[in-house]
Amino acid sequence: MSNDHKTDVATTGIVEGDIVEFPLPPHHHRLTDTDPRAARRAERQVSIMFILSALCIIGFVVAYVAIPETSYIDLGPVGTLQTSNLMLGLTFGLATLLIGIAAIHWAKKLMSDEEIVDYRHPVGSPQEDRDAAKAAFDAGVAESGFVERKMVRRTLLGALALFPLPLIVMLKDMGPLPGDSLRHTIWRKGSRIVVDVTGQPLRPEDMQVGSLVSASPADLNEIQEADGDQNARAKASIILVRMKPSDIVSEQGDGWSWNGILAFSKICTHVGCPIALYQQRTHHLLCPCHQSTFDLADSGKVVFGPAARAMPQLPITVDSEGYLVAQSDFQQPVGPSFWERA
Amino acid sequence: MTSTSVRRNKATGLVVLLAGLVMTGVGYAAVTSTAEASVTTASQTQIDQGKQLFQQGCATCHGLAAQGSSEGPSLIGVGAAAVNFQVSTGRMPMAAPANQAPQKPPIYTDEQIAALASYVASLGPGPAVPSDEDLNTSDANLAEGGVLFRTNCAQCHNFAGRGGALSNGKYAPNMMGATPRQIYEAMLTGPQNMPVFNDKTLPPAQKRAILKYINELQTAPSPGGLALGSLGPVTEGIFIWTAGLGALLAVAVWIGAKVR
Repeated sequence: MSNDHKTDVATTGIVEGDIVEFPLPPHHHRLTDTDPRAARRAERQVSIMFILSALCIIGFVVAYVAIPETSYIDLGPVGTLQTSNLMLGLTFGLATLLIGIAAIHWAKKLMSDEEIVDYRHPVGSPQEDRDAAKAAFDAGVAESGFVERKMVRRTLLGALALFPLPLIVMLKDMGPLPGDSLRHTIWRKGSRIVVDVTGQPLRPEDMQVGSLVSASPADLNEIQEADGDQNARAKASIILVRMKPSDIVSEQGDGWSWNGILAFSKICTHVGCPIALYQQRTHHLLCPCHQSTFDLADSGKVVFGPAARAMPQLPITVDSEGYLVAQSDFQQPVGPSFWERA
Repeated sequence: MTSTSVRRNKATGLVVLLAGLVMTGVGYAAVTSTAEASVTTASQTQIDQGKQLFQQGCATCHGLAAQGSSEGPSLIGVGAAAVNFQVSTGRMPMAAPANQAPQKPPIYTDEQIAALASYVASLGPGPAVPSDEDLNTSDANLAEGGVLFRTNCAQCHNFAGRGGALSNGKYAPNMMGATPRQIYEAMLTGPQNMPVFNDKTLPPAQKRAILKYINELQTAPSPGGLALGSLGPVTEGIFIWTAGLGALLAVAVWIGAKVR
């Protein structure tokens, strides 16, 4: 019976004159409204959940105090995990969940379930209110002389037009302009190349064909300390690779490598992820962020992916003591492209 | 007559002595190499056995004299460490040509691997199989190993050593099942597309620190339980977007359900 009624209401209204009425379906009372025993049962259920929640909170405190951090428990497919983590999470999570479930259960089963009708009102104000507002506005315009006194009006508009200017000027305080710092790194002629982390200087014979070394300039740490940030490191990080000289197809500059040892920036030219996923047999350098791939044996050119320009190469040579050094700074900006990049 | 027999006796004694020395040497070499899985002192018989195995199982691709062919690289000078790594992890011999040799159960016994390694080592100087002393991490610095791992290994092998994808079907393997010897050999020899981390750029003490750190990754329990492959936001995101949001949707449906 109720099913038939629902279809009626959903599809057709009742036409009375030129107004279509959609009568409300009859209200069915819940079992808890009609049967006091059901209501008492629901009340008990809600209370039990609140009590369980309280017990979980006590359990949380007990678990926090009693379970040592060194205790681990094996839960089969979930793996082995810290007992303390498991118990703290379970007790606190259950305590929160039980309060929520109990509150919803209470609202659904026991709180008032009467349906009331609240008619919509027209949105617009009455016509006389609108007329009064219009009259007051017009009177204001006439009394202020905003239309007649042209000089006042124009100077006011001028003053208001300039008013936001300080907000724009203050944008300068967001930081100093980068200047030419994006074009230079701390590499310069004679900067000794050292192994990253250990700071060990490198001789060409230390690297064998297929070697990969993450490296930085020897004076990085002092400069970084003086700067107080990691910008110098971010820009100056390089990787050194060694391949057979016969494998080198092309380089970004004549004599930029040393007996098959090549130095490239470690910072992807796409969006600047540090990359050292060097595949020694294909000489490819892969960026894990967006799969840009550079061929280090062929001027570091892009062979795949979204990067738009080749990986900048650092010209290197060997100093009088036989250590690898830079010939100069990078000849082009390292890292992601920027607007003014030539 | 008597003088010649005496001379002959002297010569016989010398021959017997020489034979005895050679046999002792051979026996000692055989015993030590199998006992330590080290091929520092390879006997000629072991090399011969290795050569035979090589010509049966490896020469198709690497050439009859290990000089390499269009199918496989030259093995002259790769050293015993490379052979032990490739064969003990089952990567060699390869089942079929591919961009990368997958790991599989090794098909040679330890003894046969040692023979193959000694044969390849006899072709030209190369890194030897690391000794137990090389792999002793009791004095290694775990924290230093962590820094070195994140600088030199994590870019391909993942911050937790679980491996990761490279280009053209290649990948950096998961290290969770690798033995310290295999890891040391991989750093030393740069198998397949892995770069070489030779002793000059990454000294043995630093290699041991890395070994200690990887051992920590392999054995340390996970306080949070299910690591979801330790792949970071990809698997964790999938989990929370499906399981987490699914649970929230179920609760929302329950809250809105009609009460009878």
